[in-house]
Amino acid sequence: MIELKEVSKKFGDTQAVNLVSFKVDEKETLVLLGTSGCGKTTTLKMINRLIEPDEGQILINGEAITNQDPDTLRTGVGYVMQNIGLFPHYTVAENIAVVPKLLKWDKEKIKTRTQELIKKLHLPENSLSMFPHELSGGQQQRVGLARALVADPAVLLMDEPFGALDNVTRTSIQKEFKGLEELKRKTIAMVTHDVQEAFELADRICLMDRGKIIQIGTPKELLYRPINDFARKFLAGQRLALEFKVVNLQDIWSYLPKGTLQDGKSLSDDLNIWDAMELLRSSDRSQLLVSGANNERKSVNFEQLTKGFNEFQNTQAHE
Amino acid sequence: MNEHQQTLWQFMFEQSDKLFTQTMQHVGLTFISLLFAIAIGLPLGILIARKRKLSGTVLGIAGVLQTIPSIALLGFMIPVLGIGAKPAIVALLIYALLPIIRNTYTGIIGIDQHVKEAARAMGMSKSQVLLKVELPLAMPIILAGIRTATVINVGVATLASFIAAGGLGEFIFGGISLNNTNMILAGAIPAALLAIILDALLSLVQKMDFKKLRKMLYILPFVIIILSGFYALPSAYGSTLTAGFTPEFMGRQDGDLGLKSTYGLKIHTIVISDAIMYKAAFSKELDVISGYSTDGRLKAFDLKILKDDKSIFPPYYAAPIVRNTALKQFPLLAETLNLLAGKITDSVMTDLNYRTDYLHQTPERVAKDFLISNGLYKAPNNGHKGMVRIGSKIFGEQYILAEMYSMLIKGNTDYEVSTKTGLGGTKICFDALMNDQIDFYPEYTGTGLLVLLQPDPKIAKEMAHDKDKTYDYVYTEFEKKFKIKWLKPIGFNNSYALMMRQKQSKDLNVNTITDLKNYLDKN
Repeated sequence: MIELKEVSKKFGDTQAVNLVSFKVDEKETLVLLGTSGCGKTTTLKMINRLIEPDEGQILINGEAITNQDPDTLRTGVGYVMQNIGLFPHYTVAENIAVVPKLLKWDKEKIKTRTQELIKKLHLPENSLSMFPHELSGGQQQRVGLARALVADPAVLLMDEPFGALDNVTRTSIQKEFKGLEELKRKTIAMVTHDVQEAFELADRICLMDRGKIIQIGTPKELLYRPINDFARKFLAGQRLALEFKVVNLQDIWSYLPKGTLQDGKSLSDDLNIWDAMELLRSSDRSQLLVSGANNERKSVNFEQLTKGFNEFQNTQAHE
Repeated sequence: MNEHQQTLWQFMFEQSDKLFTQTMQHVGLTFISLLFAIAIGLPLGILIARKRKLSGTVLGIAGVLQTIPSIALLGFMIPVLGIGAKPAIVALLIYALLPIIRNTYTGIIGIDQHVKEAARAMGMSKSQVLLKVELPLAMPIILAGIRTATVINVGVATLASFIAAGGLGEFIFGGISLNNTNMILAGAIPAALLAIILDALLSLVQKMDFKKLRKMLYILPFVIIILSGFYALPSAYGSTLTAGFTPEFMGRQDGDLGLKSTYGLKIHTIVISDAIMYKAAFSKELDVISGYSTDGRLKAFDLKILKDDKSIFPPYYAAPIVRNTALKQFPLLAETLNLLAGKITDSVMTDLNYRTDYLHQTPERVAKDFLISNGLYKAPNNGHKGMVRIGSKIFGEQYILAEMYSMLIKGNTDYEVSTKTGLGGTKICFDALMNDQIDFYPEYTGTGLLVLLQPDPKIAKEMAHDKDKTYDYVYTEFEKKFKIKWLKPIGFNNSYALMMRQKQSKDLNVNTITDLKNYLDKN
């Protein structure tokens, strides 16, 4: 758990972070979203004391971080950064082993853990003896993540973790990370300026502007109940795509026609509209079988899906 | 020309002991100073990479030190550190400092900020970031600096022989003084090879990938320390007194070789430049030196000439030597230069030298005062009938003579004068004359005989002690061989002489070279 209490930071005359307070719950992913210069990265770096706040208090798992030695604190907090920041003079294995060595693990333990991680992160076995420059961008990012996860820290900080990747690689790695068991157990604070990415990965989003928090809430809340014009305009450009991501079959359940009883394997109703559409388009199926609450089953085709979604949208707009 | 003309290989083979010693000393000097330069430069580079505000000042100072001419720097060192290894190492260290500091600084500040931040974010302490991330990543650039410093040091270390620190400079500068090309090459070729080989080896290290480099970094310090040790390896045999001889004196039959063969003198000897030898004798760092009998510093530093009782030092009467073509071109030249003939005796010359060397009067003023008091001075005519070029070797007496000749020519003829003073040793001066770079310079009969003509040793020995015979011989031979004319001698005899401090000579009761030999044999 991470908690910030009225934290402020000034650089010269610029108020980079202004009285920011939030809480990231256990196993929750909070995304700090905003344009460059909004203070999101500064906020993140204050959590592992790469930057010291001028005012306010930061607690990790209930303990003030100022009570801990910064180096010890950092070995216990995973950090994935913008430009990956791998050590070019270390092999992949040595890069992953940085924190365990600082924690004085024995060799065998480091080796086992490294093997385990590269399997989970789909890195080729022979990459361990390679240097970072010999890997692709996507692979480098996986190594960066492995390095942050290796000591299994409860808290993970991610600063634009996919910023250095091209769009195609980014989308696929985001998906993969989202499904990663190791990440689901962590309390994560992540910084991004990419709205899509925020909506893809966040449990809650903290929208920031000029050092201040504008709104904190679930993606759905941000989308359908923006607190002011800034929040509304911030998402306006990609609104439709975001809605497809945020709304799931459960939300539009009541707008879907009563299903004919069909046998076969059904999908969960927390599938979002975007993914449902993709399934319909990419597979040769013309219908999806979905099971909702009370074991009720419905089959949906593309037309029914868009119709249901439109009706849901209308009710949200008039609320 | 004569039977003892050797090839370079013969020379190097014959002198292989010396060559080995000098090469070892050279390598040793280079690496000792490199070691210290790294020990000082690396931390300084790290410091200014941390505190950038200091970087301008530190790099500025190191840069200024770098621009001090090497000979001058060695000169500055002597009052503080004396002669020998210490000042040489310090001077070399100063030259090596800038590339090491600068490259350490550039290497560290050039590291990707994100990599540094990642290191801190992983929980590395500041010293761990330095040792595990910053230094390894900056290493190729730091090594490039060390490589530059090494090559600079190999070059500058040749000058160490000026202050009795040994090295290949002994051959190089001895060879220049003695007009011995083989000797120059025997020093210069190994020095050049050393620079090339070290440069190539270090460039290999520099280009290694991180894995090999890491291993190399454990080995490199040991290699440098071992190579530094070479300097201590060759130790001369000890004796109670220490002699300092110029490189030229070391290689001459009428110098160290003669002292050994004729007197059987065995003395701990170091090679040192003429410029600082007297002072070193005065400050008791040396006991016996090979000076010149008319040197002003003899008076200034209260030194005594030991009598050459077995007459190994031939007479060195000074006279201008002129190219015949120049005599034709300037008909009044011979007559004008001869105005000085017979005018300056030994004691007068010593006094004139004393005034420049010790009282720090300019050669120009000393020359003018002398000419005026002898009724020879005339105001310049400012004529424009051609340019007479005067040369001089690189020591005080020659500067004074060059000034006198310049004034005489300007006052008595309509020629213009340009002086090219400081033409190094005999070889440089003589080559300049032969190649029509200068028209004349003052030379000494002994040098003409033994260095420039190098006749059969028997002939040389026969006439070496008769001043008129020597003059006649060089006069005819120079005319025949070089088409160069010896004008009338100026009067004084500036021969080699062994000298000691007056007090020490009295205390030990050493008045002749034989006394010195006997004293050394007993003690």
